[in-house]
Amino acid sequence: MADKVLMKGNEAIAEAAIKAGCRFYFGYPITPQTEIAAYMAKRMPKIGGTFLQAESEVAAVNMCIGVASTGKRVMTSSSSPGVSLKAEGISYMAGCDLPALIVNVQRGGPGLGGIQPSQSDYFQATKGGGHGDYHLFVVAPASVQEMVSLTAHAFDVAEKYRVPAMLLADGTLGQMMEPVVIDDITVEEHDKSWALTGTKGEREHNVINSLSMLPEELEQWNIDRYQRYAQIEKNEPMWEEYEMEDAEICVVAFGIASRVSRNAIKAAREKGIKVGMIRPITLWPFPKEALLASTEKAKAYVTVELNMGQMAEDVELATRCRRPVLSANRAGGCIPSPEQVLAQIEAANQLGGEQ
Amino acid sequence: MAQTQMLFAGFGGQGILFSGKFLAYDGLISDKQVSWLPSYGPEMRGGTASCSVVFSDELIGSPIVSEPDILVAMNLPSLDKYEDAVVPGGVIFVDSSLVERKVRRTDVTTYYIPATRLAAEQEMPTLANMILVGKLIRETGVIRTDNIDKIIDKIVSARHEALKELNKKAIAIGLQYE
Repeated sequence: MADKVLMKGNEAIAEAAIKAGCRFYFGYPITPQTEIAAYMAKRMPKIGGTFLQAESEVAAVNMCIGVASTGKRVMTSSSSPGVSLKAEGISYMAGCDLPALIVNVQRGGPGLGGIQPSQSDYFQATKGGGHGDYHLFVVAPASVQEMVSLTAHAFDVAEKYRVPAMLLADGTLGQMMEPVVIDDITVEEHDKSWALTGTKGEREHNVINSLSMLPEELEQWNIDRYQRYAQIEKNEPMWEEYEMEDAEICVVAFGIASRVSRNAIKAAREKGIKVGMIRPITLWPFPKEALLASTEKAKAYVTVELNMGQMAEDVELATRCRRPVLSANRAGGCIPSPEQVLAQIEAANQLGGEQ
Repeated sequence: MAQTQMLFAGFGGQGILFSGKFLAYDGLISDKQVSWLPSYGPEMRGGTASCSVVFSDELIGSPIVSEPDILVAMNLPSLDKYEDAVVPGGVIFVDSSLVERKVRRTDVTTYYIPATRLAAEQEMPTLANMILVGKLIRETGVIRTDNIDKIIDKIVSARHEALKELNKKAIAIGLQYE
């Protein structure tokens, strides 16, 4: 087993991507994710990979489309305003059925926003962000160790289903250091017969394209893609249950918000409140079945987010509005305190069952 | 559960993040759970910087220290901002060459160290932070003294051999400071 090292979340993402076989990185600096680009700039030339600082975020994502078309693992990273700039390219990737990894280390928005941590790109990551009917496979790590495992996993899922994947982190996770083990990552082999690798005169041309002037054809592409999405929704949801065995109150939080929530849950348990947490690890597909099943025992929910309550909508949908959903949230770069979360857990505990 | 929450705060450029990183490496060497989280503005120097370090026997929840057991304040704005956040019974270390006022709280233990002056006298003006770290280790025992050299060797690159010795010397000054 590899040694334990102390690493920043951003650096861990970069190293994990390299271990997962990514040899192409295109990016443009922006706080709080610049360490990813810096790490790639240092490492890629030494291992025969390509690091390129593009002239803009738009250029970087389009370079990713080029590499992804050849079936090679490729990654770009940015923070919120930069990811908005990439949205067009991401939509094209989805339309071309290209696997790639886009990392968003979120900061407060909208607009230029600030440089402090945020989760306010939840809608953008899970509901689209660019135009057209598409989804990204979205993972949300809650520790530096998970930044490693989920980076590798996102590459695999992206290739398996030919979809772009997004790792959605935030400024806190990107900047914090924790001990981490970066083992050798096994790279799964996936079918790449679609890739543009040169026909050598031996096969028909492969075509990577998102344009069709025939509505029926374009519709069929969408339908085919949604069949793959249905497979992803069936096979790939990931979540963690914490203290849920007897929980009457269920906290739902991802990423850094789930770390803050752990403190609040411990404090609430000490006060005798039966509270647990479902932590979505994949944000799309959202762990709907786990949430629906939890309504058997839970009488109320508390969502904890670094935004104005975006995931709360998915919690209400997943639980089919059977139970009240309270929110403990902060926005603009602020982080909910454990005390704020505890207060909402206590408020939820005062509520009755049926809504 | 044994958990220690520490907060280092001061101006950017005082080595706030490095002090925290030094202690965080002890967590790595001693196989404790540890988290290190910086907080700073866009400036490289000036501005305010703080650094949260959490040691724990079990999985760490929030890496954000809002109620420190130990506070190191390297300037007045930091003491003003965080003094009231320290838990009752906590410990505050103040760089008394830069902070003129006394700690107002009476339910915490306080140590005043003229770290910036001591560092200047020893011709190591950038190492006031490590003098404070030495004092912190002396008074709280938060890390084992026999790990100090190991950590310095790990976090100061071999290209800066002279800096290793200076860092060790600065910590020793703090360790001996009555």
